Amino acid sequence: MISFEMTEEQTLVRDSMREFAAAEIRKRARSADEESAVPAELLATTWSLGLTSTQLPEAFGGAGEARSCVTNAIVLEELAHGDAALAIAALSPSLFANAILDHGSEAQKKAHLPRFAGARFVTGSLAVCEPAPLADGSRPRCIAEAKNGTYVLSGRKSLVAMGDRATHFLVTAREGSELGAYIVPRDAVGLTVGPLEKNMGLRALPTTSLLLERVELPAESKLGEAGGANVQAVLDASRVALAAVMLGVSRAVLEYCVPYAKDRVAFDEAIAKKQAIAFRLADMHIEQHAMRQLVWRAASLLEHGLDATRAAWQARCYAAEKSMWIADNGVQVLGGHGFIREHPVEMWFRHARTLGVAEGLVAL
Amino acid sequence: MIDFRPTATDEAMLARLHAEALICRRHARAFDEREAEMIPDVLPEAAAFEAEAKANPLPKPGPDDTPPAVMMMLQTMAAYWGDYSVRLRRSTSGGLGNAALMAAGTEAQKAKWGQLLLSMAITEPGCGSDPSRVSTTAVLDEQTNEWILNGEKIFVTTGIRADGVVLWATLDKSAGRAGIKSFLVVKGTPGFDVPHKEKKLGIRADDTAAYVFRDCRIPRENLLGGDESIPKQSSGGFRGVMKTFNMTRPLTAAMGLGIAEAALDATREALTEAGVELDWATGPGGMGRLSAAAERFMRLETLFEASKWTVLQCAWMAGKGLPNNLESSVSKAHAGSAVRQITQGCIEILGAMGISREHLFEKWMRDSRITDIYEGTGEIQRLIIARGLLDYTRDDLK
Repeated sequence: MISFEMTEEQTLVRDSMREFAAAEIRKRARSADEESAVPAELLATTWSLGLTSTQLPEAFGGAGEARSCVTNAIVLEELAHGDAALAIAALSPSLFANAILDHGSEAQKKAHLPRFAGARFVTGSLAVCEPAPLADGSRPRCIAEAKNGTYVLSGRKSLVAMGDRATHFLVTAREGSELGAYIVPRDAVGLTVGPLEKNMGLRALPTTSLLLERVELPAESKLGEAGGANVQAVLDASRVALAAVMLGVSRAVLEYCVPYAKDRVAFDEAIAKKQAIAFRLADMHIEQHAMRQLVWRAASLLEHGLDATRAAWQARCYAAEKSMWIADNGVQVLGGHGFIREHPVEMWFRHARTLGVAEGLVAL
Repeated sequence: MIDFRPTATDEAMLARLHAEALICRRHARAFDEREAEMIPDVLPEAAAFEAEAKANPLPKPGPDDTPPAVMMMLQTMAAYWGDYSVRLRRSTSGGLGNAALMAAGTEAQKAKWGQLLLSMAITEPGCGSDPSRVSTTAVLDEQTNEWILNGEKIFVTTGIRADGVVLWATLDKSAGRAGIKSFLVVKGTPGFDVPHKEKKLGIRADDTAAYVFRDCRIPRENLLGGDESIPKQSSGGFRGVMKTFNMTRPLTAAMGLGIAEAALDATREALTEAGVELDWATGPGGMGRLSAAAERFMRLETLFEASKWTVLQCAWMAGKGLPNNLESSVSKAHAGSAVRQITQGCIEILGAMGISREHLFEKWMRDSRITDIYEGTGEIQRLIIARGLLDYTRDDLK
């Protein structure tokens, strides 16, 4: 049944995340961006909120609460409304944990999930992006060869979120023509984790490259039971999650521009009273509203275990195009102030472009 | 719960409507080319289709199926996916004027005229988006207790077939919007002429008329709602009329989207036949790997989905009784621009095949162009949205 009714719980979660983002995330965003570092106390706080652990089954030490992709999309929008880089960092444990939970074998779940229910922040990474033009998450150049009951991985990855501190990497690679994902421990022989990357946006989010030089892994490292997992579904979830983040950024831009345009006076009246500005704001609102429908739609399909590849492509693609457009116009509404780092809009502009080309940074 | 899955019952109903729409589509080109003709009320295929439908009844929708307000949008899309104007059996009731009568008429007026097909005449040659500039006049003749109407109206939907019209006219031009009242005029009243069916870019088969009123006299009780006073400050009556847009705006958006979906479906078929692959698994870095035609098409389809679900969300709010003034403008503005891009984009992808009148692509482009104009242009919707966002009044932002 088609319905847009948020559950009572979703409304509560949305409101509390909105409050949390305003109080704890937004105020740290600028300095984190300037320092290119994610504040440790923020990760400790979000960890204690249990964003990851509450949704883990009790058997693995979690609280066993029902997990809803739609609810998680709402959470992402709200946290990213505070700041996209910090939201991604805070939710990074879920990226690795949920991939294992949804697609891992029983042995993989036992081996990895209890870590995420512990007292201290731990995280893992999903390594999808590659440092080459036309690098496509669904068709990695990274290669996995099956050899004598082991897998040998070769290739390069980049934009690996939290790569500086992840204990494990879930690395996507091509085995023949098939897409697979492989659990690589940080200390694997042949794996080199690169230094922190310097990116245009999401500066506060630590990202690294990975160099895999014939990294030999035991057979059980391949995600899933024998025969592997539906890795495309992992990518789909990450694309929808990124779209939710872009939605949060878009709303942040719009909500910053509205009061600014009402305050800023030019030629004896608020610039918001001029159609050139007012219509731009209207279009920004229209697009972020439409974006949300596509995000919720894809998340709802994922939530029910349906094929969401097309819906995820659409949500991500639309969010990438429109969030960039919204941020670009946000800068324009602020004029010179849009270019000055005293205002957050230039940061959101950099975030939008970065998010639009990223993959595997965050999950539902 | 937020859920985007139609039920089996929803889908059965929509499949039936699509089958019906395909029959209508067979006649679409003919009536577009023969603009002066009126479409028959019943198509020759109607009896057979209806007999088969009766033999295979659809499951009845229940409380677990998609709510009626949302289904209404999907049903509208399905019908317009066939053709804008042609219907298996055309409705003989439910013109725009009927909606106005139901919203603003007195009980006596509803009883007297409710059975007629009523058109709605607002737009004039000199006023469209700003209906407060209506210049058709209504002057009361106290001696005979009649209103004397003078003026011209254009773009009157179902204007030829209608039995009568709900007409906007001003009692006092200096009073602006407050002076505007609605009047019911029945066809055949002396002084009420229907000079012609309008000649249009698209929806040519649709029955759109121009009306002329020359010293047209109607009984005093034909003023809709019966209130002859001109309020000093408020424009309450005017607002009442504007309120009816909150369901009609998403509805007109759905009409346009039905056409856009037809164009997308036919373009997809043509592309598939030409061997173009639509790879939805492609990630952001791999977009350059898609063929230009594939990428363009996939983006148009994305635009369609964005618009469709925006419309459904708006209708869902209306069905719940939630205020959706902003959302109805958002859905109309989004769809208005989306259907332009989609139908024009499909032709660009297809090339010369797209503009040939052997196919329907060019017709869909012409037919859908009205979406961003009627029921409030895209610009008017943006004014409404901006006022809402900025908490501005009509005077703050013009």
